[in-house]
Amino acid sequence: MTTRIVELRRGILKKNDELAAGLRNRYTAAGVLVLNLVSSPGTGKTAFLERTLTALKARGARVAALVGDLETDNDARRLASSGAPVRQINTHGICHLDAEMIDKHLEGWELGELDYLFIENVGNLVCPSSYDLGEKIRVALLSVTEGEDKPLKYPTMFNSADAAVITKMDIAEPCGFDRAEALKNINEIRPGIRIFETSAKTGAGMDEWLEYLAEERERRNA
Amino acid sequence: MHELSIVSSIVDTVTESVAAYPGARVKEVRLRVGALSSVIEESLQFCYGIATEDTPLAGSALVVNILPVIVHCEPCGQDVELEGVQSFRCPKCNEPSYDLRQGKELEIESIEIEEDEDDHTDCGVAPRHSEEK
Repeated sequence: MTTRIVELRRGILKKNDELAAGLRNRYTAAGVLVLNLVSSPGTGKTAFLERTLTALKARGARVAALVGDLETDNDARRLASSGAPVRQINTHGICHLDAEMIDKHLEGWELGELDYLFIENVGNLVCPSSYDLGEKIRVALLSVTEGEDKPLKYPTMFNSADAAVITKMDIAEPCGFDRAEALKNINEIRPGIRIFETSAKTGAGMDEWLEYLAEERERRNA
Repeated sequence: MHELSIVSSIVDTVTESVAAYPGARVKEVRLRVGALSSVIEESLQFCYGIATEDTPLAGSALVVNILPVIVHCEPCGQDVELEGVQSFRCPKCNEPSYDLRQGKELEIESIEIEEDEDDHTDCGVAPRHSEEK
């Protein structure tokens, strides 16, 4: 009886990472800016995205969205009211979207005809952080009702984000939201991240967000 | 709770790798997991027992080596290890840094297998002495 050590050095999510790299190449070739929106359930991803899609369409941009949920197509129907093409991904119990699901649901869409593609991930601040979807920008959202220490509680997600969005700013005051503390915590976990303070209800902060999207699209396509 | 999908990936990869060693038994699977990988070792261990049943990995041990976060500190001009994941600041000079050098790893480092003495199937690799000709 002999024992031996076999070195593998294989990424556990290698299959997903390879698929995601392929998607990233496709997005780049098509010139579409792809964003992955992640947050807890109830942060307001759908409302924020609804407003974003409507505003971008009004500015003449070509937009589309994929939206992930365990069940129901409620969010896809809400987002479709913006007039943008939207597809629902039902994960049936899986707590995150992965590159294979994205690849499958992009079938039939001509990416070259899009300026922006938004992927609304399953509401979960843990698992989606491990799964690359080939996105160019990962956006972590946090609402004023969730507690200023959320970034400290879920450091992996906030650390992996490229931009942070605080939602529901219109009710910040009655919620006793400590803005300075929230900004400090986000920066502690992800130094230098761009932070947007928004309200999908009043439209506050949306112009700055839309400017950022336009700048990023231009910068990354240049 | 994505540990089950992670463990399923481990089972697939290891099963594929040990196919090159017919008759070998997997004794141990060693992982390198960065502190920022959002994987909980307890959940991994729990899922491992279930997911490895009736596979070549059944009965093997899972060893999880957690790697601390290392960032590059510009003012100090060196890579520094963070004490935790609550603050991305250099422990020496307190400057924030997002230049990650370690902490997101999620990989199978190696496996330990057990073979019978007379089982010399060596995954098709030529014996070393043939290179010395």
